Amino acid sequence: MESPQLSSLYQQLILEHYRNPRNKAELDEKTVEIHMANPVCGDEIRLQLRIEGDHIAEAKFVGSGCSISQAAVSMMTTRLQGANLVEADALAKRFTEMMHGDETAAKDKTLGDLRALEGVSKFPVRIKCALLGFDALQEALKKEVGEVGGVGGDLN
Amino acid sequence: MYDPVRVRRDFPALDQNVNGKPLVYLDNAATSQKPRAVLDVLDAYYKRDNANVHRGIHQLSQRATVAYEAARSKVAGWIHAPDESEVIWTRGTTEAINLVAIAWGLDNLSEGDEILISVLEHHSNIIPWQILAARTKATLRYLEIDDEGRLVLDDLESVLTDRTKMVAISDVSNSLGTINPVKEITRAAHAVGAIVLVDGAQGAVHTRVDVQDLGCDFYAFSGHKLCGPTGIGVLWGRKELLETMSPFQGGGEMIHIVDRDESSWASVPHKFEAGTPNIAGAIGMGAAVDYLSNLGVEHIEAHEKEIMAYAMGRLLEVPDIRIYGPSSLEERSAVISFTLGDAHPHDISTILDMDGVAVRAGHHCAQLVMKHFGVSATARASFYLYTTKEDVDRLVDGLGQVTTIFG
Repeated sequence: MESPQLSSLYQQLILEHYRNPRNKAELDEKTVEIHMANPVCGDEIRLQLRIEGDHIAEAKFVGSGCSISQAAVSMMTTRLQGANLVEADALAKRFTEMMHGDETAAKDKTLGDLRALEGVSKFPVRIKCALLGFDALQEALKKEVGEVGGVGGDLN
Repeated sequence: MYDPVRVRRDFPALDQNVNGKPLVYLDNAATSQKPRAVLDVLDAYYKRDNANVHRGIHQLSQRATVAYEAARSKVAGWIHAPDESEVIWTRGTTEAINLVAIAWGLDNLSEGDEILISVLEHHSNIIPWQILAARTKATLRYLEIDDEGRLVLDDLESVLTDRTKMVAISDVSNSLGTINPVKEITRAAHAVGAIVLVDGAQGAVHTRVDVQDLGCDFYAFSGHKLCGPTGIGVLWGRKELLETMSPFQGGGEMIHIVDRDESSWASVPHKFEAGTPNIAGAIGMGAAVDYLSNLGVEHIEAHEKEIMAYAMGRLLEVPDIRIYGPSSLEERSAVISFTLGDAHPHDISTILDMDGVAVRAGHHCAQLVMKHFGVSATARASFYLYTTKEDVDRLVDGLGQVTTIFG
């Protein structure tokens, strides 16, 4: 009854993250915060990072929106705890490639659980939902690296 | 006997499969589908009569002008306008409201004056007034809504003061379907000397409006929601008011005599119609009101009431559904806004779309309404003259899928 495309879109892991989002709280000692919203549909997050030197010491978010946007940012923040800035940037780029239909990206084990979101790439109007968190991450890295200076060459 | 299945056959776009299922189109409050009668008129115009209007002596220009002005007359009839020259073609409801905000508002408002709108309004009946208020230092005030999304009118008399210069209100809410008592509001507004604009984007769609009976000063609506093309709409205004107003945009068609330093304006309605208009759109909108009139608006209204009663009954059976807006069907147009359990409206819409069912998900350009109910979005099913009970059944079946996935 349920179509295969829907089953691949709404995997249990995604629904589980939607219901029990990880790292959903205000981060007291944040060094950077990015507000990202999709005015068309009302998905909205504030991504908060504490960056120490060359890595993300802590990542949290607050927001609301559809299962895809909220699950994606929940999974993303799980991966970001302690991540090196260069790795974090690479992760964002790889995930974006997967969303745009890159099949090698979809098989890339470095994406881990985030691969559960691959099914979203088959739903063009929902891709922006999945990218909301990663777009915020890229903004944050740009902003932070711009301020810190020096790491920019590695990030771009 | 009104037969929606037969009416449906007039609409080519309804005859298609989406994601392998026959399309069920329930996004009519956003835009309606177009009947063959309208599509054929557009096609014939471009193939045979295409020329600019009011500017040519040649045969094609004459034909185009006659058809264009005949459409104005038809649309004037649709809203019972006493004089067809009171019908100004615009790009749609949004442009019609902006026209009033600019051409009337800038000359008539100053610091301390008040504009009264409501929380229920579509952004197109909020933002033009916000911009106008900022420019003129006027104050924007709001009528509130209750838990069923109905305007709270208890304190209307205290909200309306001699400072109130403009009251802009929709006759039907696009997000909840609430039918507003605009006649009563108009009477109260006129009692304090305010001008009344009615946003009829959703109201002129299901029935023939009578602007004389409503008593309002301006009425704005769009062609595309009533089976006509996109990019065409109407501002109706009382002639004596329109005549005193400044032009909206400057250009060709709206002038009388042009000199180096100043010019004089054409008479109403052309004063407000600068530039080459959407000629085909106007003719198409004329064909659309002909189509609806030929079917009989009383039949359309009766059909929609029946569908609404059926849909409300069936949707209320869906576990964990929350329906927004008036509980009484008498106070509601053919729109049902809802949420389902903890499934986000986007997810609802995606799952329904995979089943061929088109609904709208989001804030419906009514963020103040969403804030009132403490939600960021709802799913919205909106019905029209071609909606069948089977369509409603398909919606309910689709919601079953949502529950299977999210339940």
